Amino acid sequence: MKIGIYPGCSLTGSARDYNESVFALAKAFDIELVQVPDWNCCGATAAHNLNKELSLSLPARILATAEKNGLDEVLVPCAACYSRLAVTQHELKMNPELKNRIGEIIGMDYRGTTKLINVIEWIDAYIIPNLEGRITKPFDYKVACYYGCLMVRPNKVLNYDRAEDPQTMDIAMEKIGAHPLYFPFKTECCGAGLSVSRTEIVAKLSGKIIEDAEHRGADTLIVACPMCHSNLDMRRPSINKYWESDFKLPVMYVTQAIGLAVGLTAKDVGLQRHFVKVNIS
Amino acid sequence: MSHSAHLIERDSLAYAIEKHVEVHTQKCYQCGKCSAGCPVATEMDLPPSLVMRLLQTERKENDEKVLRSESIWLCLTCEMCLSRCPMEIDIPSMMDYLRQKSRSEKKVNPKMKNIVSFHKAFLHSIQYTGRLFELGLILDYKRQSLNLTQDMMLAPKMIGNGKLHFIPEMMKDMPHITRIFKKTIGKGGSK
Repeated sequence: MKIGIYPGCSLTGSARDYNESVFALAKAFDIELVQVPDWNCCGATAAHNLNKELSLSLPARILATAEKNGLDEVLVPCAACYSRLAVTQHELKMNPELKNRIGEIIGMDYRGTTKLINVIEWIDAYIIPNLEGRITKPFDYKVACYYGCLMVRPNKVLNYDRAEDPQTMDIAMEKIGAHPLYFPFKTECCGAGLSVSRTEIVAKLSGKIIEDAEHRGADTLIVACPMCHSNLDMRRPSINKYWESDFKLPVMYVTQAIGLAVGLTAKDVGLQRHFVKVNIS
Repeated sequence: MSHSAHLIERDSLAYAIEKHVEVHTQKCYQCGKCSAGCPVATEMDLPPSLVMRLLQTERKENDEKVLRSESIWLCLTCEMCLSRCPMEIDIPSMMDYLRQKSRSEKKVNPKMKNIVSFHKAFLHSIQYTGRLFELGLILDYKRQSLNLTQDMMLAPKMIGNGKLHFIPEMMKDMPHITRIFKKTIGKGGSK
C-alpha cells in the first residue's frame, strides 16, 4: 500500500512530533508514504495575504509535481497546507483562465487531478478498517476533539463534515475506545498565523478553547493541525499569563492517540517533544 | 449567483472588489452574523459587518477608512464569516484583496506594521530556501519589527524538544521558486 504525502514545512520543524506519529502509524499499518519530490512551501497565510497569484502558484507547483510523479492520492496532514492546496485546486477548476495563467507562471503542466486527503480521511480510509485486533491499549480517556478552522472551512470548497459541530474526528476517537465530549469550541479559531506578530490575541483565543475543554473534564485535547497545536501547546506560557491561570490540559495529535492505542510507544509518536506534559502513554 | 446585483462601473472600492474577486458587497443586509462569529471582532476597529456597510456607501472617505483599517490585517481567514453568511458573501477573499490593495496604495495602518513584517519575513524565507526556515523567520521578523527579546524564553525548550533547526532545509530546484516569485510578487520579492 503506497500513497503520496505532502508534509509541509511545520512537520519538518516545530511539528516534528506530528510527522513522527503520522509515519509511525503508517508503518504500523504497512502503508508506504511517498513524499512529493522536492516539494516547496504552500505559501501559507503570508502568501494569500500579500499576493494572490503567488498564493495559487506555490500550491499549484506542489500539485503539478505530484501529478508528474504519478501520486494520484496525496495525504496532507497539516490542515493549513491542506486548505491552501484544496482552495487552489478549487479556484483553478472554477476559473480556466486563471488556471492557464498559473500554469504559465509555474511553467508546468497542471491538470488538477490529484486527490487530496486530510489526516482524518486518511485514518478513515486506511487505519480504521484495519483496526480489528490491533487495539492493545484502548484510549480510555475523555477527549475534546478540536477541528479548528481549516479542516471544515470553507465548507463549500472542502465539502468535508459539518461546518458547525463536525463529527469525523469524534467517531475515529470512539473507535479506539475514547470518550469524546460535547465541545462547542470545536471549530473556534485558535488565533492561527498571529502567533508571533500578535501573541496576546492567540493567548486570548487559544485560552478560551483550553478553558472550555478543561471545564468539561477533558483529559486531553485532540488536534489535527500543527498550527493549532503550536498555539495551544507551545504558546501555553503566554496563555496562562494572559488568563492568569495554570491550564495543564495536554494537546495531542489524533495520530498520537491512535498510535498509543495500537501499541506504539510515547516516544514513537513524539510525545516527549510537547511543551505541555502529556500524562497519557 | 445573482447577476442583478452587479454595480455600475465607477471608481469605488465596492466596484473594484466586485471586478477583481467577484464579491458583491451590496448583497449584505446587515444581519451581523459575521461580526457575531468573528473571533477577532472585539479587537477590530471595524467589525466585518461594518466594513461591508462602509463599502456599500461607495463614498471615498469610507473606502479610505476600510483600506486604512486595522481590521483587514487582524482578519485570521478562519472563514467563519463566510460559513455563516446567509448570502454566502466571500468576506475572506475580499479581505485578501483589501490587504493587497492597502499595501499597493501604501495605506497600511501603522499599528499593523508587525503583522505585515511577519508575513514579509515568512515570504523571504520561502523565497530563499523554498521552504519555511522557522529560526530564520523569527530572526528576520525580529530584525524587521525590532521586537528583539520576544519569544526568547521559548528557544531553549524548543531546542531541547528537538523542534528548532539551525540549518535551513533547502529545496533542490530553487531556480524554479525564484522564477515563481519573479513572475508573481515581482522583482522586489516580498519587499
